[in-house]
Amino acid sequence: MLSRRIIPCLDVRDGRVVKGVRFRDHVDMGDIVQLAERYRDEGADELVFYDITASPQDRVVDRDWVERVARAIDIPFCVAGGIRSVQDARAILYAGADKVSINTPALLRPALVTELADAFGVQCVVVGVDSLRDEDGEWRVRQFTGDPSRTQALASRTLEWIEQAQALGAGEIVLNCMGSDGVRTGYDLEQLRAARAVCHVPLIASGGAGAIEHFDTVFREADVDGALAASVFHSGTVPIPALKQALSAAGVAVRR
Amino acid sequence: MDVALIDSGGTNIGSVRYALERLGASAHLTSDPEAIRRADRVILPGVGAAAPGMARLRELGLVDVVRSLRQPLLGVCLGMQLLFESSEEGDVECLGVLPGRVRRIPNAPGIRVPHMGWNALQPRGDDPLLAGIDAGEQAYFVHSYAAPVTSDTLVTSTHGIEFAAVVRRGNRHGAQFHPERSASVGARLLENFLSGVAA
Repeated sequence: MLSRRIIPCLDVRDGRVVKGVRFRDHVDMGDIVQLAERYRDEGADELVFYDITASPQDRVVDRDWVERVARAIDIPFCVAGGIRSVQDARAILYAGADKVSINTPALLRPALVTELADAFGVQCVVVGVDSLRDEDGEWRVRQFTGDPSRTQALASRTLEWIEQAQALGAGEIVLNCMGSDGVRTGYDLEQLRAARAVCHVPLIASGGAGAIEHFDTVFREADVDGALAASVFHSGTVPIPALKQALSAAGVAVRR
Repeated sequence: MDVALIDSGGTNIGSVRYALERLGASAHLTSDPEAIRRADRVILPGVGAAAPGMARLRELGLVDVVRSLRQPLLGVCLGMQLLFESSEEGDVECLGVLPGRVRRIPNAPGIRVPHMGWNALQPRGDDPLLAGIDAGEQAYFVHSYAAPVTSDTLVTSTHGIEFAAVVRRGNRHGAQFHPERSASVGARLLENFLSGVAA
């Protein structure tokens, strides 16, 4: 049976791991490779590195740290941030990343998803979706979320974009529910359930984890394939071994 | 030991090489038929699709080279699928050193494709390639197509359907999962391939 994945997310800025609240006010969390090794040792199933400044600053991820991480760890990892072309993705994948995640560039040019899937296979292509509920009750996609001064709301409805991204060749969807990001009150179950209903590739929940029971709830109630979190892992509030023990005891399939 | 890593254009080549380095082995990346024939061990990595993978091997003039290798060969992920007769992915003829056709994993309720993540291994018997790997241990899979369970299957895994996770026929070995990204289980399989299987 396929295990549900526990995925620490490391936001990277200028070669260091940082963490903000609601995508703002970033504080330094430490060295990339040291944190990657810590999570590998604790039993993380996969890591995601978001270079949060790459897209707003119009530059691609620095491949040096990707290679250092690839040499150090023996679990899979995904890299996101400013990947705009097959050439950009190839550099990251050849440096040792297992997947690339694209967000803003996929919104600006949806054909990029197909180009990446054709070049590397859909299993390498993750589409990250930053989503926020508007006053009219609709979830809509945001872009340039790495930089609050440039973050823009789009006309695209989140669920429609998730369907379109799969049709274009996305092999996995990470849904960042911005309304609950960093506030530790639990994943956005309503939105994730709605996304699950239209998502036939792996779906990863992101935004809102604050306690062990939030993971249990999101796996049971939204049937997501993986749960991503940052601050609760960085701070040690949710230790991964204890989390996996609790999930396993509750009957959720996890890798021990 | 001389380990040749075939430069098949797959994106996991770097990761496989780093995994071998973590085990103290050095692998050289090559597409030179002579260097491949001379090596003590040959690894065919691969991430991507079957048709471009085969096209690349043909372009490099490596199809017959790989087919005729006498030393231990290990195909990883797509590299394993290419060992079979054909693949439904792009409806392409493959190397044909193992009987069977690789087919798409069917979608089913609760079964998402690609099959992505850690899944349990079910060994079907003893083999030097599996030394120290126990039933139920998990490995990291990422694939949409899968090889059938045949008499060459050493390990199965299940994602809606049961499929071949590790295969062996004589000196030809294959792992559908990614040993380079499967923590201690993957390291064990690679170590067994380097030192446990007969040359």
